[in-house]
Amino acid sequence: MVPKDLRYTKEHEWVRVEGDMATVGITDYAAEQLGDIVFVELPDLGRTVTQFNAVGVIESVKAVSDLFAPVGGEVVEANSELSTSPELLNGDPFGKGWMLRIKLSDPAQVDGLLDADAYEALTSEG
Amino acid sequence: MAQSHDAPLTTPLASRHAALGARIVEFGGWLMPLQYTGILEEHRAVRARAGVFDLSHMGELFVEGPDAVAALGFALSTDPGRLKLGRAHYSMILFPEGGILDDLIVYRLGEERFMVVANAGNAVAVSDAMAERLEGCRAVLDDRSLATGLVAIQGPRAARVLGPLTDVALDGLRYYSIAEGHVAGIPALVARTGYTGEDGFEIFVDFGSAGTIWDALLDAGKDEGVVPVGLGARDTLRLEAGMPLYGNELGPDTTPEEAGLGRVVHFDKAGDFVGRAALEKATSEGPRRKLVGLVLRGRGIARHGYTVYSGDRQTGVVTSGTLSPTLGEPIAMAYVRPSDAEPGTILEVGIRDQRVPAEVVPMPFYRRPA
Repeated sequence: MVPKDLRYTKEHEWVRVEGDMATVGITDYAAEQLGDIVFVELPDLGRTVTQFNAVGVIESVKAVSDLFAPVGGEVVEANSELSTSPELLNGDPFGKGWMLRIKLSDPAQVDGLLDADAYEALTSEG
Repeated sequence: MAQSHDAPLTTPLASRHAALGARIVEFGGWLMPLQYTGILEEHRAVRARAGVFDLSHMGELFVEGPDAVAALGFALSTDPGRLKLGRAHYSMILFPEGGILDDLIVYRLGEERFMVVANAGNAVAVSDAMAERLEGCRAVLDDRSLATGLVAIQGPRAARVLGPLTDVALDGLRYYSIAEGHVAGIPALVARTGYTGEDGFEIFVDFGSAGTIWDALLDAGKDEGVVPVGLGARDTLRLEAGMPLYGNELGPDTTPEEAGLGRVVHFDKAGDFVGRAALEKATSEGPRRKLVGLVLRGRGIARHGYTVYSGDRQTGVVTSGTLSPTLGEPIAMAYVRPSDAEPGTILEVGIRDQRVPAEVVPMPFYRRPA
């Protein structure tokens, strides 16, 4: 069962909201689908990202996948550990594998995301 | 065992792969295991201990008869008549225009008897071309691809694990040799060949017996940390070992010389062979491009199809690339202009909107410890 306090997207990102700050990552389901992750490219600090746009890249051994922004706003922090240890996304996707912190441009966007139950339903159908 | 040729084929080990939770993909017309526990873990297991591979999708064509040597010499780039009994060599079957129809290993099983092993995706094309080229020769082509199972064990512990299971004396079996005997009581051809850069063996048996071989190897290997390995790790292993993949480095538009494999064209053999005229012309003109190894010297992984630059000028294209599990660096193979092919040359690979520096290096990227 995925963490109940987070929100989710159909593209398998999670969001933790604290005030107007969002921490963002990918779910264990996404990491499992991708296989061993060997490279991560995150947007630059200060960049403004638009909700649901591709903002970075996650590469497994065999394939290149887009990272989509689950919410829009300013990138204020990126997890630098992921450049030396991309495998954190496989090992601890909800914890040490966090990817970005975004200052929300529109906190209401979060309400439109899936809750834990809805995300579970999505991934058990698939 | 009638299988529809529209649907992908399954190997005799399909239910075992499912039971192991393998992720299955379609490859060369077959449903094959891409990975079991994960590509990196399986790759490292082969380098450190050993892995077992289901290769039953490969093609096995037997050629036998008084004209077998002459027929194969005409049909292929090499001269299999040069092989001693029980020896093998890497070869190619060429188009008349000089391009590559498939890369192969040819094994000499007898004075007049050979086994040609082809890639799964080309097995039918190779069989058809061979049949055509053997016409009029006193040689029989017996395509046993769908009747033959193939299980490989590759890695430093391979000989230790296989030894007790076989009556073939592995100590006496040199690299690129083959012997007839038994494995786990099953009649088998045991070849000391492989596609990983490690020591290892490829075991050919009747299709229906592949499961017995697979089970025996994994059982015998369980205390040695031997694991099943899928096609994902097979690809990263061969790339580290500098071995080409048909469809990436080799194809109808590439010549052996461009791929750095001019040695598989035995121009000095007697008589004509398919592709001779075209390749003699190409050799006199010099290759238009050369296959090189690249190590990326900046952040980014080069992938099939990415452009390679020398300064502002486009010089070529990446054919295969990945993050090397053994080296911990991104590696790639690429075709570039011959003038840019010298080891030490710094080129750039276009990765999305960046140009990432890449150094030309000699292959293989990895050599097993002596």
